[in-house]
Amino acid sequence: MDAEEFAIDSAVDRPTAEAAADALQDSVADRAERPLLTIRGGRRWTGLGFVELWKYRDLLLLLTWREIKIRYKQTVLGIVWAVIQPLLTMVIFTLLFGKLARLPSDGAPYAIFSYVGLLAWNFFNTAVAGSSTSLVGNSNLITKVYFPRLVIPGATVGAALFDLAIAATLLLPMMLFYQMTFSLRLLMLPIFTLLLTIVASGVGLWAAALNVKYRDVRYALPFLLQVWMFVTPIIYPISFVPARWRWLIALNPLTGIIANLRASVLDRSFDWRNLFISTLVAVSLLIYSTYIFRRLEREFADLI
Amino acid sequence: MVRVEGVTKRYRLGEREPYFTLREALMRALAAPARWSRARRGTARRAADAPYLLALDDVSFAVDAGAVVGIIGRNGAGKSTLLKILSRITEPTAGQIDLYGRVGSLLEIGTGFHPELTGRDNVFLSGAILGMRRAEIARKFDAIVAFAEVEKFIDTPVKRYSSGMYVRLAFAVAAHLETEILLVDEVLAVGDAAFQKRCLGKMGEVARTGRTVLFVSHNMAAIESLCQSCILLRGGRLQGIGPPSEIITRYMTEELLERGGGAEMSNHPGRRRGSIVMLRSVRVWSDGVEGGGRMGARLVVEANFAAPRPIRPTFAVTIKSANGAPIFGVSNRWTRQGAEAEPLRGGLIACEFPRLPLMPGTYLLDLYLGDFGDPTRDLDVILDAVTLEVFPSDIYGTGMLPRPIDGPVFCDATWRVQEVGDSDA
Repeated sequence: MDAEEFAIDSAVDRPTAEAAADALQDSVADRAERPLLTIRGGRRWTGLGFVELWKYRDLLLLLTWREIKIRYKQTVLGIVWAVIQPLLTMVIFTLLFGKLARLPSDGAPYAIFSYVGLLAWNFFNTAVAGSSTSLVGNSNLITKVYFPRLVIPGATVGAALFDLAIAATLLLPMMLFYQMTFSLRLLMLPIFTLLLTIVASGVGLWAAALNVKYRDVRYALPFLLQVWMFVTPIIYPISFVPARWRWLIALNPLTGIIANLRASVLDRSFDWRNLFISTLVAVSLLIYSTYIFRRLEREFADLI
Repeated sequence: MVRVEGVTKRYRLGEREPYFTLREALMRALAAPARWSRARRGTARRAADAPYLLALDDVSFAVDAGAVVGIIGRNGAGKSTLLKILSRITEPTAGQIDLYGRVGSLLEIGTGFHPELTGRDNVFLSGAILGMRRAEIARKFDAIVAFAEVEKFIDTPVKRYSSGMYVRLAFAVAAHLETEILLVDEVLAVGDAAFQKRCLGKMGEVARTGRTVLFVSHNMAAIESLCQSCILLRGGRLQGIGPPSEIITRYMTEELLERGGGAEMSNHPGRRRGSIVMLRSVRVWSDGVEGGGRMGARLVVEANFAAPRPIRPTFAVTIKSANGAPIFGVSNRWTRQGAEAEPLRGGLIACEFPRLPLMPGTYLLDLYLGDFGDPTRDLDVILDAVTLEVFPSDIYGTGMLPRPIDGPVFCDATWRVQEVGDSDA
C-alpha cells in the first residue's frame, strides 16, 4: 500500500467570521500565533472524522436535500413514487408468496409482515447502491472543494431515509385496515430505524470507498445485494429457517432489525437476542467501514 | 498568512490505470507468494522504484497576511497541484503547510451547481459547498444576485441560463467568500471580455480588503496589476519569488532561452537569391530577455555583419505577423541615420524600437542589409530571418489590454471630454 498518511491538526475549532478576523488581527502583529490549520505529509492517522462531520452537518443536510430534490424534480408523480414501489412489490409478494406459495408469516397478515421487511430492505438497498457510486458520481466536487468526504455517501443515506419515511406512512392505513393494535412498542421504531441506518451506512461507506479504487465494485454489488436479500427474512419469518441455520441468519444484522421492526408494528414481543447480535455487527461494521473510508479518503482526489 | 515548507507531491506513473479492478487485485493477491520469493532473491520491482512524477518538489515559501501573490509557470509546472494541496483536496507526499486563517478555494467556476436546481437553490448549495454558513449566504444573497445581474431569473432552473449568466452567478457566489485566505486558479480565463473585466475588478477589491490571495494565472497583465509579489514554478520546483515584473521577466527569459534568442544567418535558407552573404548573426532582445519582449517595451534588433568592402550600412527590418502579412517596416535609409558615418568592413548595426507597438503574439522579421553608397538595391536580404515573441504586459497600468481583433498593433491615444452648451439660435 503506497498510501502516505495525512494529518490535520486543528488548533482551533472552525471559527466564526468575527473570531477569525480577530485571530487574523492578532496574527498580523504576532507571528508566533498558532496556525489555524496545519497540513502535513507523513504517516499519521487522523481519526474517524465524526467530529469534523458534525461541523459540516449543514452541508450534509443540504446535499441530502439536493439528492431528494433532484430525484423528484422532473417526475410527474414526484414523491408518490416512494410509496408506489414498495406498495406494488408488497402486493405482488402477498399474492405470490403469501397466497400462492403459502409462506408462513408467524400468524400475522402477510401484507404487513412483508411490507415492513420490504421497507427496511428497500432502504438498505437504495442507500448502499447509491452510496457505492456517490463518490465517483460527485467527482466534480471531490476534485475541486474540500469537505469531509463522509458527507457524500451520508447524503445518499439521508435521501434514502427520506424515501423510507414517505413509504412508511402507508403503514398507518394498513394497520388500521388489519385492525392492529397501536401499542407502546411502536415507540421503539426510531431506535430500530437508527440501527438500520447504521447498518446501511456501514455497508454503504465500505462500498463507496472501495468503488473509487476498484471500479468493478459497482457491478459486483447488485449481485451481492441480491444474495443478501435472500438470506434476509423479508418474505419469510425467521421461524421458517431450520433451527440449526438460524445462527447464520442471525449474523445478518438486518435479520434482528427486521424481526424487531415487525414486533413493534405487530405488537409482539421483541427478539432481544437477535437485536443484540445485530447491534454488535452493525456498530462493528460501521467502525470498520469508516476506518477503511478514512484511510482511502486521502487518495480520492487522485484516483477519481 | 500562509507558510509552506518542503512540500512535495509525487504521483506514480504507469500503464496501469489509477483505479484497478477487483479481478486485478485478486490476481495480485494470488501472485503474492511469487512476489515475496522474488523479493527475497532481490529481483522484485519495489513499489518505490516504479516510475513517478514529482508534481511538486520541495517547495517552500511564506506569504504574509494580506499579500496578493501571483503564481506563474508553464502548464504542468505544479501551480494547480499547489493550490489543490493548500485547499486540502489532495495531500502532500511530504512537507508541511501552516495556514493562519480559513481557506476559500476558487478552483473552478460553478462548483456544486446543478442544472436542475434554480439559481436561488444553487447559490445556497454552492455557497455551502464552498464553506459558507447558511446564515452568511442568506445575508449576502442580494449582493450576490446583484453582482451577477440575474435578479429576474433567480428562480428559474440554471439549465435555462445562458452561459454568460451561469458564469456570472457562479463567480458571484465565490466572489463573496469571506475567508482570510483565498486561492484562485485561473478562473479569470472563462467568460467573455466584459465578465473578465468585472472579475478583475472584484479581485482588485478583494485584494484591497486585506485578504491573503494566491492567484494562479497566465494573464501576465492581471498578475502585474494585482499582485505585490510573484512566485515562479517550473517542473515542480520554486524558481523564484519576488516583484511581479522581475519574476515575469525571468519566466519569459527562460521560455525563450529554450527556443533560442539569437540566430545564425550565414546559411539561412531564407536568404534571397542574388544576395551577398554579409549578415552573420542577428540578436533580438528586450530588457534582458532574448528572442522577444513585452508589449510596449524597448526592443533591439542587432545584426552582426561582415562586408567584402567597407560600407555605410543600412539596416531595414520588416515585421510581419506569423502568417506572413507585413505589419510595418523601418529603415535607417529613410531616416538617414548613419549616412555620414565612416564606412566599415564589419561590425554591429542595431535597430532599436523605443516602445514596441505590437500586440502579444509571434512575429517574423525580414532583414535587409544595404549600403548608403548604393541606393538602388539592398545587398543582403533574408526573409523570415528570426521570430519574435511579444508578451502581454500591463501597458496602461489598468490590467486591461486592447483587443486582439482590433489588429496586431496598438497605439497610444488620449481622451478628452467636455460639456457643450446649447447652441444659440
